[in-house]
Amino acid sequence: MANSHIELQAEDLSGRTMNVEVPTDMGLSLMEVLKGEGFPILATCGGMALCATCHVEVLEGYSELPEAGNEELDMLESLPVLTDTSRLSCQLRPEHCPSTLKLRVLGEDNV
Amino acid sequence: MSNQSIQTDLCIVGAGPVGLFAVFEAGLLKMRCHLVDALPQVGGQLSEIYPKKPIYDIPGYPSILAGELVENLMEQIAPFKPGFTLGERVECLDKTETGYQISTSTGTKIQSKVVVIAGGLGCFEPRKPVVENLEVFEGKGVAYMVLDPEKFRNKKVVLAGGGDSALDWAIFLSDVCSELTLIHRSGSFRGAPESAEKVFDLAQAGKINLILNAEVQSLHGSTQLEGLMVREAGQESDLDIKTDFFIPLFGLTPKLGPIADWGLNIDKNAILVNTEDYSTNVEGIYAIGDINTYPGKLKLILCGFHEAALMAQSAFARVFPEQKLSFKYTTVNGVNAF
Repeated sequence: MANSHIELQAEDLSGRTMNVEVPTDMGLSLMEVLKGEGFPILATCGGMALCATCHVEVLEGYSELPEAGNEELDMLESLPVLTDTSRLSCQLRPEHCPSTLKLRVLGEDNV
Repeated sequence: MSNQSIQTDLCIVGAGPVGLFAVFEAGLLKMRCHLVDALPQVGGQLSEIYPKKPIYDIPGYPSILAGELVENLMEQIAPFKPGFTLGERVECLDKTETGYQISTSTGTKIQSKVVVIAGGLGCFEPRKPVVENLEVFEGKGVAYMVLDPEKFRNKKVVLAGGGDSALDWAIFLSDVCSELTLIHRSGSFRGAPESAEKVFDLAQAGKINLILNAEVQSLHGSTQLEGLMVREAGQESDLDIKTDFFIPLFGLTPKLGPIADWGLNIDKNAILVNTEDYSTNVEGIYAIGDINTYPGKLKLILCGFHEAALMAQSAFARVFPEQKLSFKYTTVNGVNAF
């Protein structure tokens, strides 16, 4: 049975860390969750994998995430900064994430 | 174009959907408009980011592609003959006796009675990679876009990036430059397969120096750029490549830009407005669309259209202070072209 929530630990570029319990039935993307928690994500394109302002580095749980689609891979490839575990948080849904996920919000375009 | 002075009633900063529709609402009230945008084409985000994506919440259109909406808006405002200054970034705002003068990055001057900021999320600026000394050589060999390919004729040029733009310019410039190098972080390209194939063919033919699985680390030179250091994956020492120009092509991202310094009340990268008429704290300056904020703000195109209509009613009093405004329906009065 699917988890009713996931434990999300997110840190920003200054190292500030936040732990959030994210329900899996809210119909939100992780980008929307992070934005709601006050992370400075512009979300220019509103979640279409077209602006990369929600770029995150997954620190724990990367291998358990669903594979990125073509649009996400295309956008990630165009970025000047890319880590081995980069994802766009707008393309990640809590209901498809492992029960524990740690990430760092890169969002180099948000400053 | 420099040294031009354009006179108009409303200078609209930003030619996205809301800026375009503002021309219509202003036109109904006989106010002339001139639009300025940093992008070389109209449509803002709709043209630049998602022209082929459908939009489902434009009233009367169950679904419309973003690019089509822009085309329709251009047709809708054509009777009002708006002026356009495209590909130029708005830099300065100066108060004049009758209103304002806006100056662009290339020196175009636009004098208007009213300024309407419909700047979306700001101007689209190139994403900059993390490369040592990158900003030191801006304008001295570092460029972020190819405006005039002739500038690079018979020069040594290094491009960095793996998207369509990097591939397309590599193909084009391979015929123009004396030496063209393309550096890409990974071993393959996700861009258009035919472009990628062409780049590999040109590399095979010795027309492009293709360096894959590598990243530019630092730039060097005395006053002008002279070379750059490139680190290839798995290699211990860096490559030193002599070059006249370095052009990183990593897409565009929006920034608020010089508007932030115009004395407007700003909250989290958005301009605070009065919802009665979407005026800002500075007299004669309005802000509509995604760039403004107020209690209950929704960043929707349809909300921007509404804001444009109310702005125009208020701007009328500034443009024609002697005239009384009587509200009219287009169904009754039609659209009277200029």
